Amino acid sequence: MSDAFITETEIAGAPDGPLAGRTVAVKDNISTAGVATTCGSATLADYVPPYDATVVERLKAAGATIVGKTNMDEFGMGTTTETSHFGPTDNPAAPGHVPGGSSGGSAAAVAAGEADLALGSDTGGSVRCPAAFCGVVGIKPTYGLVSRYGLVAYANSLEQIGPFARSVEEAAELLEVIAGPDERDATTRAPPDAGTSTDDRRGAERSTDGRGAAGASTDGRGDVGTSTADLRYADAADGDVDGLTVGVPTELVDGADEGVVETFRDAIGELEDRGATVEEVTLPSVEHAVEAYYVIAMSEASSNLARFDGVRYGTSGGYDGNWNESFARARKAGFGDEVKRRILLGTFALSAGYQEKYYGKAQDARAWVKADFDSALSDVDVIASPTMPVPPFELGEGLEDPLKLYLADANTVPVNLADLPAISVPAGETDGLPVGLQLVGPAFGERRLIRAASVLA
Amino acid sequence: MSEDAVSPEEVRHVAALARIDLDEEEVDRFAAQFAEILGYFETLDSVPEVDRDAELTNVMRPDERREPLDREAALGNAPESEDGYFKGPNVS
Repeated sequence: MSDAFITETEIAGAPDGPLAGRTVAVKDNISTAGVATTCGSATLADYVPPYDATVVERLKAAGATIVGKTNMDEFGMGTTTETSHFGPTDNPAAPGHVPGGSSGGSAAAVAAGEADLALGSDTGGSVRCPAAFCGVVGIKPTYGLVSRYGLVAYANSLEQIGPFARSVEEAAELLEVIAGPDERDATTRAPPDAGTSTDDRRGAERSTDGRGAAGASTDGRGDVGTSTADLRYADAADGDVDGLTVGVPTELVDGADEGVVETFRDAIGELEDRGATVEEVTLPSVEHAVEAYYVIAMSEASSNLARFDGVRYGTSGGYDGNWNESFARARKAGFGDEVKRRILLGTFALSAGYQEKYYGKAQDARAWVKADFDSALSDVDVIASPTMPVPPFELGEGLEDPLKLYLADANTVPVNLADLPAISVPAGETDGLPVGLQLVGPAFGERRLIRAASVLA
Repeated sequence: MSEDAVSPEEVRHVAALARIDLDEEEVDRFAAQFAEILGYFETLDSVPEVDRDAELTNVMRPDERREPLDREAALGNAPESEDGYFKGPNVS
């Protein structure tokens, strides 16, 4: 079996639909009825969900064939896919290197041609990082565009399910299928102001069709298997960036690897050649984004993962002694190092006497990051940076130094803090290793990102 | 746990709050790593106070009866169940 998958399977979808004939790999933290969903964790090694996630229902209704559940960092906690209980995944685009994480198996499956498309989840870059490292396209949708129902929660104020593909247009086709409100996830909503603020660029008059995100039903009581919103993304992949303003924040470029920056500048040059203009912007708050992200994500994880007590599912702690002892045994046996580390640090950040110092300040930083992006995006149409400041690590290189890996997320985590959409598109290579370009847009501005990114892939 | 060192006792205390048993070796390793990570988190001190009022809207739906997951499916992943209930450890 390919090391991109934890479980290979074949779940046939409806005979017709926009994804008929296409194969899709699904990250193993997205529930599939009757097919094991492990989250890359020992504790869920035998867990078989009794229901489908909303995105899985929508894939089936669209005619896709699900070919497997992909490897991932345990519960999404990692940047390399090496924290998986089921072992590492090699990078098909750079053998001997990690595929990125946490959705490394999904990106690797698409890069190797083992699936046409894939779904991942992005809490702090977990779709964009592996897309960049494996040389494929990955989209992190605006918070609330895609239902999280059936996604096993890690840090629910930050995460979104997003698509992978080998081209921007194909990723947009998959986004079209999974996007739209779902009554079972109350944080989903229909994109506002269809065809104006959410469309191609700032000037709505530049829009060629104006139907970008029209017709969304807010009633949310229809068939949850199909999106109630008529969302169109694929037709935006036309490479027309004439007149687009691209902002490049110095803070997200200066610290990056030299070869990465060179590849990034060349890719930006391609956008300029097509009529885009590039200017510098500044995002002073992002200096604090990594620490704010980790405090918030770990705090939410410490609460979300409290459910794994070995009673309703997962590794049992046995029946000796009282419930505190049994649960502590279950969690010792079921969780790997990185998961324990994040639960403990999150528990600490929320504990008496420290909550305002860590969690409170992290929320201040989050609001500051949002305000910074809003301000920058009132001057430019999209914000561009390298997706990852470094090329893919060698397998095994970073595992012993958690802080080093956290810092590699510097360019991706600000987007989750700001609830905004972003896309990672292949920019080229440095020393034979893939480099990704990240574009960030305004809330529900996915069409604008797809249009701009389609210049490159 | 504060500025510099993190003691093994502090790691054990948090682990007890989180209901995770740790080996001695894990306690020592986490103590060293937490000192470094929390030291890095300290830089949040220089973040200014920011107006955090988000525009939030309640999302409501009619409270209507619908079919729940059936009992057998709900119990399907439990390590043990008894008479249609989950079996848990003693609560004493």
